[in-house]
Amino acid sequence: MINGNLKATYAADEKIVDNRYKFSFVWGLAVLAALLPIFANDYVILVACQVGIMVVAVVGLNVLTGYTGLMSLGHAAFVAIGAYGVTILHHAASALSIPEGIQPFLTIPGAMALAAVIGLIVGLPSLRVKGVYLAVATLSANFIIIFLIELDALAPWTGGKTGLTTVDPSIFGWVLDTQREVFILIAVMAFSTVLLVQNLFRTRVGRAFIAIRERDYSAEILGISLLRYKLTSFAISAACCGLAGALMAYFYARVLPEQFELLLSLQLVAALIVGGMGRTMGPVFGVLVIVLSPELLKVILSAIAGDSIEAAQFRAPLQEIIFGLLIIGFIMFEPLGMTQISDRVFRALNRWPFARG
Amino acid sequence: MLKVEDIQLSFGGVRALQGVSFEAAHGEITGIIGPNGAGKTSLFNVISGFYKPDTGTVTVEGQDISGLKPDARAALGIARTFQNIALFRGMTVLDNIKLGCHTRLNANVWSALGYFGSAQKEELELRRDLEERVIDFLEIDHVRKAPITALPYGLQKRVELGRALAMKPKILLLDEPVAGMNREETADMARFILDVQEQFGTTILLVEHDMHMVMDICSRVVVLNFGQQIAQGTPQEVAQSKEVIDAYLGQAA
Repeated sequence: MINGNLKATYAADEKIVDNRYKFSFVWGLAVLAALLPIFANDYVILVACQVGIMVVAVVGLNVLTGYTGLMSLGHAAFVAIGAYGVTILHHAASALSIPEGIQPFLTIPGAMALAAVIGLIVGLPSLRVKGVYLAVATLSANFIIIFLIELDALAPWTGGKTGLTTVDPSIFGWVLDTQREVFILIAVMAFSTVLLVQNLFRTRVGRAFIAIRERDYSAEILGISLLRYKLTSFAISAACCGLAGALMAYFYARVLPEQFELLLSLQLVAALIVGGMGRTMGPVFGVLVIVLSPELLKVILSAIAGDSIEAAQFRAPLQEIIFGLLIIGFIMFEPLGMTQISDRVFRALNRWPFARG
Repeated sequence: MLKVEDIQLSFGGVRALQGVSFEAAHGEITGIIGPNGAGKTSLFNVISGFYKPDTGTVTVEGQDISGLKPDARAALGIARTFQNIALFRGMTVLDNIKLGCHTRLNANVWSALGYFGSAQKEELELRRDLEERVIDFLEIDHVRKAPITALPYGLQKRVELGRALAMKPKILLLDEPVAGMNREETADMARFILDVQEQFGTTILLVEHDMHMVMDICSRVVVLNFGQQIAQGTPQEVAQSKEVIDAYLGQAA
């Protein structure tokens, strides 16, 4: 090992963060997230919340698409189930006169479990079809869920096209009624999701997922049940998206069906591709690029062209074109995503000052 | 140890195996040879449970395993490698070898998410076991963190042997372990196979075209030709058998 990354025990070698540069990077992110609610202005908090919610959802998609190799274009459906599920469960819990302070401890796992069960059902075709065919099957799941949410017969629960007013969660009496407070919950959940999901890939469960991605018949020979692990992957993936949905419900004042349409599914996939599939930090980097770059473009373009109405009219399409070019650029020049770039940076840091690159 | 009795296997009209019977003695290396298309790999697939023979039985230590599925046979201690390497190419050497132990481990989703207590203990014990028993033994410690795609062919074959060894097999089926290797790599692999037999007392079945290696390391040889078993015995006996010479060189006119 280069530059003193020496290990004396297997436990040290099996650690997730195995060199000091990565260690400082991760702790830097954690400290930044901890300082944001104290120092950041409302706009930064708004963007940071969106990043956190998206990270949770993309981590979920990463389990399925990145690690297990099963393509999904319908993950917005699971986010929708999480958002609607948590809101409906809060109303149900209040009807059963469960104290508000402990409701989130029941409703969040409840919404995740609901999403996981639907995930199992949506995952059933994956036992027979792969690749593009599975993508189409999951895509239709997205449409079916949105259709059900908008259905008049279910409107008493889902609010139909007009959506639902969401609940401000209360944790042992601490009501999270500002975005700044919700951000704390989102940040804690985002960090824990990344960590817990990464833990999966340190054990036989995660290895089985990757084995299925790499060569499914070899996996079967080693005694890995394709049925069991593909469905497990779908359930975990859907549960993460359900959590993202629940956080979304807490963050926004209202949930509407159009928030969960195909566009969101595609954003999740785009974030995963830009970040790097099947890598721990892929979702984090990808979401940062996908969420921050439109915001940065907005700032830069208004600095150049000013804030007049003509400039704004010109800015909106330009922003989307630049965003599109960015994604194409990633696929062409960094097909393995941001994690490829971060790998190079960490390798260079590790070798410095003895060698470059 | 491993007994194969009167195996008949046909695919439609093709009679791939016609009454093959032999016994592999405990702790010995048994070679299975024959020209291309003789049915050697089909025989392996019957033993490991991928093909269901029309008639015949496979017994291991007196237990009839003919009705078991491949994963159940793997759990009984039958491991195999493949003619065309079947490793997980995007994963590291270490992860590939760890996957060989999948059925021996107990972690489930809940314990894995936390990675504390049993799951962590299990992983660390597995790591120590594999490092000491497999990685050090096969001399692949320098590439343990390398992805399979970065390894040369000979090393990939060795990693596949490592994955099979990780299962702690009683019976090891090696399908052409030295195919496509140069003389040096072949000698290395032959040495590892002998070491496995010597150190772990594993019963080894070997399909191979490299006659020098088969004659050198096998204690018994079974010869197949067009699905028929035409000879068996010690390497010397087989090498002098008229049927074997005819099968390999063609009959004198």
